[in-house]
Amino acid sequence: MLNITEKILARASGKTKVSPDDVIFANVDKVMVHDVSGPGVIAVFEKLKKSGMRIEKLWSPEKVWVAEDHFVPAADKISAQNVVLLTQFTKEYGIEKHFKYGMGQYGICHTLSHEEAMVLPGEVYVGGDSHTNTTGALGAFAAGLGHTDVAYVLLNGKIWFKVPETIYFKLNGKLPDYVMAKDLILKIIGDIGTDGGAYKTMQFGGSGISEMSVEERLTLTNMTTEAGAKSGIIEPDQKIRDYLAQRGATNYSEVHGDPDAQYEKIYEYEASVLDPIVAKPFSPENITVARDLSSVSLDKAYIGSCTGAKLEDLRAAARILKGRTVKIRTEILPAAISIFRKAMDEGLVKIFMDAGAMVGPPTCGACCGAHMGVLAKDEVCISTTNRNFPGRMGHVESRTYLASPLVTAASAITGKITDPRDVK
Amino acid sequence: MEPFIKIKSIATPLNKVNVDTDQIIPKQFLKLVQKTGFGKYLFYDWRYEKDGTIKKDFVLNEPRYKDSKILLARDNFGCGSSREHAAWALLDFGFRAVLSTSFADIFYNNCFKNGILPIKLSEQVLQKLFESRSDIEIDLEKQTITNDDAIIFFDIESHWKRILLEGLDDIAVTLQYDNAISKYENTQRSSSLRVS
Repeated sequence: MLNITEKILARASGKTKVSPDDVIFANVDKVMVHDVSGPGVIAVFEKLKKSGMRIEKLWSPEKVWVAEDHFVPAADKISAQNVVLLTQFTKEYGIEKHFKYGMGQYGICHTLSHEEAMVLPGEVYVGGDSHTNTTGALGAFAAGLGHTDVAYVLLNGKIWFKVPETIYFKLNGKLPDYVMAKDLILKIIGDIGTDGGAYKTMQFGGSGISEMSVEERLTLTNMTTEAGAKSGIIEPDQKIRDYLAQRGATNYSEVHGDPDAQYEKIYEYEASVLDPIVAKPFSPENITVARDLSSVSLDKAYIGSCTGAKLEDLRAAARILKGRTVKIRTEILPAAISIFRKAMDEGLVKIFMDAGAMVGPPTCGACCGAHMGVLAKDEVCISTTNRNFPGRMGHVESRTYLASPLVTAASAITGKITDPRDVK
Repeated sequence: MEPFIKIKSIATPLNKVNVDTDQIIPKQFLKLVQKTGFGKYLFYDWRYEKDGTIKKDFVLNEPRYKDSKILLARDNFGCGSSREHAAWALLDFGFRAVLSTSFADIFYNNCFKNGILPIKLSEQVLQKLFESRSDIEIDLEKQTITNDDAIIFFDIESHWKRILLEGLDDIAVTLQYDNAISKYENTQRSSSLRVS
């Protein structure tokens, strides 16, 4: 009667059974840090060293991986220094999986987690970033931690968890054409609120999820963070196995929930009645259907981030942009360079450029208001990203609307928020 | 870490819900790698005008809250990005306790790691504190919040209570017990079945 999350945490803590609210000490399988949390973790290490602790090695360098994604390509001198610091750190502690900007594969950490099969079904994965939840779509327990906790895991390979309650979201039927996973997750966040999943696991299942591609599923788990969830998860199936096999990963031990698994609450959604959804400023829970906002004029469309710049997100945008011209600034930044490459090979990049859009390198960039396309005062942006708090993408008086890549691309060609079904 | 035993100060009322960590410490300051000095950037966009002058109408800038050690906040405080800089900035500014109806999970844990006491209260009790103007005393040993009007009891997990009372560094403490933990874990492991 255990669900998948309870089973993973039981296995990781050497127990046969755990229940919500149990505090367990779990073995961690993978840890990730990036160019913001990495220097934070290094600061914690320095403090420990100053207090007299000897740190000679990490618990298991081969289980640690590092991404450069937030302030790269180096936004300024300090960011450049942080990347140097990160490089010294991985060298000093023998971390080989360091995705260096401009060297082979690189991109946003959460995208690399699945694109490079860094995390596998049944594993316990923690990262120094709140959207670590993303990778739960592969059937892993994936949760974000603060710097001190990550430092602890790096040294000890274990971490305390309170076993979360699970709320289950069942999607009945296949999503209609022009409706994407982004629309579903925005609808869910609108229904339960930005703290509706606080310290809970949000699990997704049902026939609509089985029908859904792996990349679309990742959009769901990615934004469980915006409902305050500890983690998001989906039981692995053949699509996951195929996806991972294409990336050379076949050796792992899947975990599945029992048929009579317990959930705190079950929400059911009928796919056929869902519409394209947009979250208005300044909260992901502030939702309405895209058609309600057709009078909102925009300055910019942004297609980027771990949420909305996977290959299928780019394909969706290209479907709308093909043969059309953008009416507002449109910036498209694939989430990893491997995805950029595939988009080039499939002709998507040509479609974007023919439409007049900018195509840029992978970076968290403007999604977190760091650099490369931040918003000015009073600018209005529609974006495939995950947060629209005040100032998230730039000036504190800018405004961001969150939407699917289809809605964002449709809006790019009209200059106003547009339902993709209304683009003729 | 400085132990948290008893503090007494005026409480700064921040009357906003869903305050995310980017409001607490905006992204441009995340590049700084030391753990101290973030206090001057706390709530940056709310505290300063574009030209760097102080916004007089923001509560943190009111002179009477200058030495406040206690922050009153509304629902879901600390949501958004996992940046631990948010806790570092609050501490560096001088806050030792944050009182709210609810906290985002990662932020909540980050507080304890840095000697800040986050206290969850009912909406009714929190509202009373927002309305009160008197100093508040927080006694962690007794788990009480006291002002001129009332004594309020609060809950805290015993582990976190000890960490704060003794000013223990979470990592260093646990690593001291590494051998014992590993021994225990191994015994547990060998005596229990694996879940498939």
